[in-house]
Amino acid sequence: MQNNVLEYLENTVTRVPDKLAFANENTGVTFKEVYDNARAIGTYLHKNGHYKEPVVVFMEKHPNAIVAFFGTIYGGNYYVPIDEEMPKHRIELIFKSLNPKAVICDEKTKEIIKEFNYENSVYLYDDIIKTDIDEEVITYVRKKQIDTDPIYIVFTSGSTGVPKGVVACHRSVLDYIETLSATLEFNEDTVFGNQTPLYFDACLKELYPTLKFGATTYIVPKSLFMFPLKLVDFLNEKKINTVCWVVSALTMISGFGVLDKNVPQYLRTIAFGSEVFPIKQFNMWRKALPEAKFTNLYGPTETTGMCCYYKVDREFELDEVIPIGQPFKNTEILLIDDNNKEAAFGEPGEICVRGTSLTLGYYKNFEKTNEVFVQNPLNDLYPELIYRTGDMGKYNERGELVFISRKDYQIKHMGHRIELGEIEVIVNMLPEIQSACCVFDDVKKKIVLYYVGDISAGDVIKYVKEKLPRYMVPNVTEKLDMMPLTPNGKINRNHLKELLK
Amino acid sequence: MEQLLEILNSLHPDVDFETHDSLIDDKVLDSFDIVTLISEINNEFDVAIPAEEIIPENFNSAEALYELIERLED
Repeated sequence: MQNNVLEYLENTVTRVPDKLAFANENTGVTFKEVYDNARAIGTYLHKNGHYKEPVVVFMEKHPNAIVAFFGTIYGGNYYVPIDEEMPKHRIELIFKSLNPKAVICDEKTKEIIKEFNYENSVYLYDDIIKTDIDEEVITYVRKKQIDTDPIYIVFTSGSTGVPKGVVACHRSVLDYIETLSATLEFNEDTVFGNQTPLYFDACLKELYPTLKFGATTYIVPKSLFMFPLKLVDFLNEKKINTVCWVVSALTMISGFGVLDKNVPQYLRTIAFGSEVFPIKQFNMWRKALPEAKFTNLYGPTETTGMCCYYKVDREFELDEVIPIGQPFKNTEILLIDDNNKEAAFGEPGEICVRGTSLTLGYYKNFEKTNEVFVQNPLNDLYPELIYRTGDMGKYNERGELVFISRKDYQIKHMGHRIELGEIEVIVNMLPEIQSACCVFDDVKKKIVLYYVGDISAGDVIKYVKEKLPRYMVPNVTEKLDMMPLTPNGKINRNHLKELLK
Repeated sequence: MEQLLEILNSLHPDVDFETHDSLIDDKVLDSFDIVTLISEINNEFDVAIPAEEIIPENFNSAEALYELIERLED
């Protein structure tokens, strides 16, 4: 039985060593290079005393960053991807939570990290891949590794202002990759166009199936997602046939009539998720690519990538919502009502996930972990964990699972999961701010910040940009004379939402 | 031009759009901003920006964008 994600790579490298594995617009690495460089990094880390600890991969979005991930696992550690564009404040919060002993950098980020309050080891990727591979070290590490050992930590927005590190292990990733690959029918001829950042679990969809099948992943340059005609040119130039993108990346193409002028002619598999796909846009895609298979994916980071899928098999009316369908094989979805009982068919309930796909929980945060990774309330006979997503769902009359809403103030914006509370915490740190509240404009899809305080909107935003990732910066900022309050003295969010109209 | 600056300023109140001339190259604008801009220009100026005009050169400065709008209005 396979119990380590690296076995995917080891099986593939014997079959297609010289095939391109990961590439961007300029350069790429073959499976042999991935294999050798990753084992060199593993050897280096282990010989320098890094074992069973988080190793931060702080690199530009580049094929080499992916190699560094696998190198970290070869050394018996788990990787923590950090984006080069993340603001200093956020990286420092993450470092505070991790207390990392090792950071792998590239030429650009090794300069940036000098500005951080970090005193442990910094390793340059180009240097450590020159290490002589020590087979004894690699074998020793492997012998000790078991499938519940962590392989990565990714950080997700936290409502208290501190990001939460979700820890995933070999077993949950293997479970996910096997079932996802079977469902979306990936194979050796799959050519992925990666859109999602490497610092979230979304990129698992491309990274590990590429290793498993000996497929190829192209990292699509981020700037192309602003310029749709060039984006389609790129897809055609690289003969990309499979994309797993957030909806807003797909509608960037369909929304400006690009599909009438320039069709991504090799695309056959289109998976999307994280947001509602407006049917008008979706129909443009189906019309342009009648042969392609479209699949809606749903799942929180805490259950390793995605846990539900719906293969689009019928026409949708403009006011309909594409269902999230059914759980992947080896996963069960429970809809739990307010009384901790299973919701009746057709009634709403909180989407709860049961299965091997559950991650290990939040790093160094047992309290938060125990709030959402809980004993299955339907089972009082033996210990069994489920993950409470905080998403409300129900079954439609066809028996398909449908997403309804969130239970709290978490939103999805441009495919990113954001706690509005985290933005408010940051804004409230400004001494001039008396009161601040964020709401999400569901119609215009904008994060709107309302605040009271003697400071201009420009200065507020300038500050926020120093503290939060770009995708969390409010799209509209409005100063108010007074914050509307509820009779209990809390900020009246409903009233603020009314202001949006 | 006033109207366009207002749209831009509401997106990024911390940026001086009258002088900035590398909005794309300096990553001031992102894909969300481009989508928002095109939709708001459509509403305010009644001008639809066609796909082939959605190129970096037209979005690097308020001036370039304004020239594009004027060109499309004719």
